[in-house]
Amino acid sequence: MKIAQNLIQSVKPHFEKGGRFEKFHPAFDALETFLFVPAHTTASGVHIRDAIDLKRTMFTVIIALVPTLLFGMWNVGYQHHLAYGVQVSMMDNFLFGFWKVLPIIVVSYTVGLGVEFIFAIIRNHQVSEGYLVTGLLIPLTMPVTIPLWMVALAAIFCTVLGKEIFGGTGMNFMNPALLARAFLFFAFPAYMSGDIWTDLSSENGHSLVDAYSGATNLVTFDTDFTKVGTVSDMFWGFEQGSIGETSAFACLIGAFILIVTGIGSWQIIVSCFVGALVMGLVLNGLAPVDIPTHPMHTPAYYHWLMGGFAFGAVYMATDPVSAAHTEVGKWIYGLLIGMFTVILRVFNPAYPEGVMLSILLMNVFAPLIDHIVIEQHIKNRKKRA
Amino acid sequence: MEKVITIKKGYNIKLNGVAEKITSSLDLPNLIAIKPHDFPMLIPKLSVEVGQEILAGHPLFYDKNNPLIRLPSPVSGEVVEIVRGEKRRILEIRILPDKIPKYISFPSPNLKEAARESIIDLLLESGCWSYIRQRPYCFIANPTDIPKAIFVSCFDTAPLAPDLGYIIEQERANFQLGIEVLDKLSNGHLHISIHDSTKEKISESDFQEFSHHKIHHFRGPHPAGNVGIQIHHIAPIQKGEVVWYIHPQDVIIIGRLFSEGRYRAHRTVALTGSGVIHPHYVRVMTGQKLSTILEHQLHEGHYRIIQGNILTGKRSSSDDFLSFYENQLTIVPEGNEPQFLGWLLPGLHKLSLSRTFLSWLTPDRSYNLNTNTNGEERAFVMTGQYDKVLPMNIYPVHLLKAILAKDIERMEDLGIYEVSEEDFALCEFVCTSKIDVQRIIKEGLDYIRSEG
Repeated sequence: MKIAQNLIQSVKPHFEKGGRFEKFHPAFDALETFLFVPAHTTASGVHIRDAIDLKRTMFTVIIALVPTLLFGMWNVGYQHHLAYGVQVSMMDNFLFGFWKVLPIIVVSYTVGLGVEFIFAIIRNHQVSEGYLVTGLLIPLTMPVTIPLWMVALAAIFCTVLGKEIFGGTGMNFMNPALLARAFLFFAFPAYMSGDIWTDLSSENGHSLVDAYSGATNLVTFDTDFTKVGTVSDMFWGFEQGSIGETSAFACLIGAFILIVTGIGSWQIIVSCFVGALVMGLVLNGLAPVDIPTHPMHTPAYYHWLMGGFAFGAVYMATDPVSAAHTEVGKWIYGLLIGMFTVILRVFNPAYPEGVMLSILLMNVFAPLIDHIVIEQHIKNRKKRA
Repeated sequence: MEKVITIKKGYNIKLNGVAEKITSSLDLPNLIAIKPHDFPMLIPKLSVEVGQEILAGHPLFYDKNNPLIRLPSPVSGEVVEIVRGEKRRILEIRILPDKIPKYISFPSPNLKEAARESIIDLLLESGCWSYIRQRPYCFIANPTDIPKAIFVSCFDTAPLAPDLGYIIEQERANFQLGIEVLDKLSNGHLHISIHDSTKEKISESDFQEFSHHKIHHFRGPHPAGNVGIQIHHIAPIQKGEVVWYIHPQDVIIIGRLFSEGRYRAHRTVALTGSGVIHPHYVRVMTGQKLSTILEHQLHEGHYRIIQGNILTGKRSSSDDFLSFYENQLTIVPEGNEPQFLGWLLPGLHKLSLSRTFLSWLTPDRSYNLNTNTNGEERAFVMTGQYDKVLPMNIYPVHLLKAILAKDIERMEDLGIYEVSEEDFALCEFVCTSKIDVQRIIKEGLDYIRSEG
């Protein structure tokens, strides 16, 4: 590491003001500070600082995403081999998925970070760490069959229109990764819905089994909720869906990491789940008695397990920038996300993945929620007089 | 007894270098300086000239905006130098002290019979008035104001802070006399706060002779000891109101004035931090040169000398002089070494309020922290962090944003008059984005003072 430091110190002058590559200073700075926590000392105010910084924060979120990533890779292989009726070992399932998912991740990071660096150089600001998480969230919310050019397009869209035009990480008002997914969902519906959830690349000597159906639980339950997978399959994640979303269990591990470290807001996670449950129960009560398979009859807790609800509530809704900022606001924000998700799922079969749309909707409303909370706070302060 | 006020939000930063309860007395140094810069908003006008022989208690300068406010010399001797900076701004008034101090003698009135006005007059004449400060803005109180209340916080919860019980114990009689003086000034609104940590040395029984004041018992972590937090919970400041406050060590100095009839400005300062070989208390003179205090006390190496505590203190050097209100010196290592992949390490020896470093598994460990920022400044990303360490009914981030937007009405609505920089020091410490919270708060207070 002494060697690395010497190397950096030796080329540093070229990137400083007046150096040959002065323009590329933000890129050099990003690399340098990635390798070495800089020797900056406190200048004004407090003389010591908490050890946490944005790099550590984002790194912790990535750790929390690892369970969904690993399970997602395995599940890609598992669903593939299931569709062809082939029995293979757990490792083979994982390796199959690994080689399918890896290119998506590589493209997402390369393109997204590339755009970030370009913006940093043009606008001469530091490269922020936000994309470290976004770059992994994008692949995890895609079907495995997604063409790589679409991943690249999503990464560009998300960095440019989701973040940079507002000023970069911390200034955006919508979750960039979800925005990218919504963009693809509406721009290329053929690639984002229908029979796309399982990788059906041909398997030598095997053909698709008769029982195979490309429909996810979210599509199935809208016609007859009793036909969805078993509760245990939905909980562990043995179902079709986007790469990272299927396992509620893996999301729970992630939620645990986020809550223990204090990086994710437990208020938002809990209130999302509560909101979905409450709305599910309300719909149960209003469900038409004469149609016993009507989606309104779906047991409320199914909504926790189906589709990407758990993934959205744990990793997407908790994005601190686009969520509500006040404590009370976070509760309201989470509850509404949960409720809208269930409403969208039950009443709008055209958009099966309600959680994406309801989080984006509440991202837009979060400042309003905060505004109401603050106005109430000011009123209470005046009353104290 | 008043009911216990429990502060839940906050955090005690545990550092190495707590001062041991031993006090060493230092000889009178051969140079003393008083720095007008220690008094915010004060515009100094000199009352002495170079070469003049003065007695202890003689005014050195007064406030141009309020000539009643005079700053006294802590020693007798010769004024040897007026150090000036840019635009002839007065930086220091240096005095060569006599070996045997000579004091101006002030009358000692009978407190039981003296009127409030005559007490104020004596405090102004002796210069001891300058120890009484006001919220909002933390500058010397205006003697013509009628304060909503007067606060004395008898405990300090800041990192490595001196044990005020230990300091009060050394001059209990003068402290009690000083409290009696404040009692007269407060028109029955004197609030004294005590804490579990100083319970043995200072308790309700110390104040039984007086009738008007109220004793408040606090419990909980820093910033419970900050007078701003206590005011917020007991007598919150509305627009237009002022609250006075005074540090117990300064109460003792006022007590000396009334018992001895002279201005004697010795103070006990805690010498703390991991850069000190043997952290302990020293009895020094206000304005004493730091090098005389720190001689033979520091470890070899690159250290930062801070006047005050590590969260709110001012960066200093051994050539500097002890500031007027200071009760603590903190010496910690500079953190100007880059750290390879520092953000990736498990971090057993890194202090963080988040639990992203393994150190959270050992909550009782005390740390040897340096001045590294541990990361670069970023846009505001994490939410809810400040709220965990600010025990006030205030939305810190929204207040900061109102200040940055220079929206006075919004600042007032969100409680700007109740806060000062020191109350937000922990917010600045925990900030993931490394934002200068105290600087922003100060800008807000300065702005609202200049515009309001």
